[in-house]
Amino acid sequence: MDRVLFGDNQFFGVNHMSEEKARAQAMRFQDTASIVQVLEDAYAEGIKTFMCTTHERIAEVCEHFRANRQRFPDYQFYPCMPYAHKYANAAAELGVLGALRSFLPEDNKLGALFRGGVSLARKDIEGLASLLIDAEMKMFADLQTPVIFLQNVATDFLLGLGFDEAFRIFASHVRERYRAEPGFITMNAPLLQRRLEKAGIENPIICANINKIGFRMCGGMQAYEELIAQGRCRLVAMSVFASGAVPPEQALEYVCRFPHIESIVFGASSRRNIAQTKQLIDRLTPR
Amino acid sequence: MGLSHQSMVNAHPEIQLTAVCDTSGYVLDVLSKYTGVKGYTDYRKLLAEEPLDCVFVATPSKYHAEIVHAALERGLHVFCEKPFGLEPETAYRLAELAERKRVVNQVGYHYRFLATFNEAKRLLDQKLIGELHHVRIEAYGPVVLRPKGATWRSQKSEGGGCLFDYACHAIDLANYIVGCPIAVSGTVLNSVFSNDVDDEIYSTFQFSGNCHGQLATNWSDESYRKMSVKLSFWGTNGRINVDRQEIQTYLRSLPPAAGELTTGWNVRYTTELTRPVWFYVRGEEYSAQIDHFVQCIKTGATSLSTFRTASDTILVAAMLREDAMQPRTAVALRGTRNPAAVATQPATRREKSFVRSLLDRL
Repeated sequence: MDRVLFGDNQFFGVNHMSEEKARAQAMRFQDTASIVQVLEDAYAEGIKTFMCTTHERIAEVCEHFRANRQRFPDYQFYPCMPYAHKYANAAAELGVLGALRSFLPEDNKLGALFRGGVSLARKDIEGLASLLIDAEMKMFADLQTPVIFLQNVATDFLLGLGFDEAFRIFASHVRERYRAEPGFITMNAPLLQRRLEKAGIENPIICANINKIGFRMCGGMQAYEELIAQGRCRLVAMSVFASGAVPPEQALEYVCRFPHIESIVFGASSRRNIAQTKQLIDRLTPR
Repeated sequence: MGLSHQSMVNAHPEIQLTAVCDTSGYVLDVLSKYTGVKGYTDYRKLLAEEPLDCVFVATPSKYHAEIVHAALERGLHVFCEKPFGLEPETAYRLAELAERKRVVNQVGYHYRFLATFNEAKRLLDQKLIGELHHVRIEAYGPVVLRPKGATWRSQKSEGGGCLFDYACHAIDLANYIVGCPIAVSGTVLNSVFSNDVDDEIYSTFQFSGNCHGQLATNWSDESYRKMSVKLSFWGTNGRINVDRQEIQTYLRSLPPAAGELTTGWNVRYTTELTRPVWFYVRGEEYSAQIDHFVQCIKTGATSLSTFRTASDTILVAAMLREDAMQPRTAVALRGTRNPAAVATQPATRREKSFVRSLLDRL
C-alpha cells in the first residue's frame, strides 16, 4: 500500500464535526467534475490511491479514470463496501430480506432461489455474499483495485454479532475473484484483530481511527497502541485529525511515531491542504 | 433495528445473550448457524423457557405494549425501543407496572445519550443564557421520498408516520432538556408522499413559564443524508444552537457559572465532548444507552430514559394528533365569511378577495 491514501468523506457531505460544513461540501461537490478535479490535484501531489465508498456517484469518477488511463496509468482504487445508506434505506422500506432481494441480479439462478425463500445451506450465504460484492464491484471494472475494504458499519455489526465466518467469506471472495487483498474498516480495531486472527485471517489490513485524542478508538488508546506495537496487522490510520480537532502537525507527529502504521488516509478539498498534508507526512515519516 | 441491538448487546462484556426472537425463521436459521445464538419465533415461549435477567424489545411499535407487559410480569428488566407503544394510557400503565415491580425500565430515545445535547442541558439548567423564552425543535431527513411503501412504518394502524418516529425523537429530546409542553396549538400533520400517514408535523408548544416553542419535523427531505435533529434556544442572556455534532453558545454577559465560556460565540464539538464507548457500531449514543441500561441494573439507578418519560412523549404525540383534528381558528382575510373555504378556492378568487379586503380597509 502507498504511504498516503486519499479519502472521500468530504465529497459526500460527511463531516463528523459540523453539519454546516458538511452541507457546504455537498454543495461544492454536487458536480462530479469538481470531485475529479480534486483527485487530479491529489495525483499531481503524488497521491495515487483513492479509497472510496461504493456510492453511486463514484461510478462517474471511475468512468473518468477509465477514459483517461494514459494520463493516470498507475492510479488505483481501494473500494469500501457496502455503501451502507443504500442498504439501510432499502431495509427501512422493504425489510432486511426485501432489501437483499432488491440488490440481487434478477436473472441469476441463486438470486431466484434466494427470492423463493429456500432455507440456507452453507453455500447459499457464501453465494449471496459473493453476489452482493460483485454488484458493488461492477463500477470498478477494468480499474486497479488491489485492496477491497469492508466498511466499518458492516465490519463492526458482524463483529458484534460474532458472525466471524462472514469475514472469511469476504476475504476469500475478494482474493479469488479480484486478486485483491481484503481490508477491514473498524472502530473496534483491537477486538477485530483478535477475531480475524481466530478466523484464520492472518496479518489482515485494518483501517481504523488512530488519532492523538482517542476519538472513536473503541477499546481505548492503550489497546490501540499495543495493537500497533504488536505488528500483527497492516494498519491504515484514518481520522488522524479527529475531524479537525487536532492541529495537522501534532496529529501527524502522533501517527508517524508508529513505524507499524503502513498508510494514512485523509480527505481534503483544496490543493493547498492536500499539498501541505502530503508534505507533512513525507517529512514526518521516518526513513 | 433488532439486529443492530443484537450486535451491540452481544458485544457487551457484562451481558450474556441467551436467545433472540424473530418472526422470520429464515433470519433465525442464519443467525443460529453462524453465531450460535438460540432462536425463537414465539416470544412467550422464549420468556417461559429461558432464565433471563432482562430483555430488549425492538419489534414494530404496535407489539411493544404486549411484549413489555409479559416481560414485566416476569419481573425482568426491560429495554424497549421507541416510541414505546402508541397510546398514552397503555404507556403510563406499563410505566406504573415497571415502577411497582422495581425493575430497570428504559426506552431507546438515544438522543438523550448524545454529548452535545447533554452539554446544552447542562448550560440551560445553569441558566447561562438567562430565562428561556423560545425553543425551536427541528428534525429532518430522508425516510419517505416516494408515494409508496409497504412496511409497517407507512401504516397508521401499525404506528407508522413521522409523528411516532422523527417527531417523537424530537419531542422526547425537548422534554428531556426543557420539560414537557403544557399545551400545543396550531398543529399540522401533513402527508407529503404517504397515503396513510403523516410525513411532516408542525406545531406551537407552550411550556410552563413564559416559554414557547415551535416543532418542525419532516422525514421527506432528501437534502439530508440521514436524520438530523437540531434544537435552538433563546434566553434573555443569549442563545444556543445544538445538533449531534456541535453546540454553539452565544452569551451576552458572563454569569458566574460560565466557566471557560466567553461573551459572544462559543463553539464546542462532539470530538471533545463525547465519552468513549466500549464498542461502536453506528454512533456512540446507541452503545451508550445499552451500557447505561446495564449499569442501572447493576447499581439499581433509575435510567435517563424511563417508561415514564417515554409515556410523556407519547402523551405529547397524542396531544398533537388531537390538536391537528380540531377545527382551525385561523385569522382570515377580511371580507371572507368562511375562513376554511378560503384555502380551497382557486388562486384567482383568493386574490380577488384580498384586493377587496384591501379596498375595504381603505
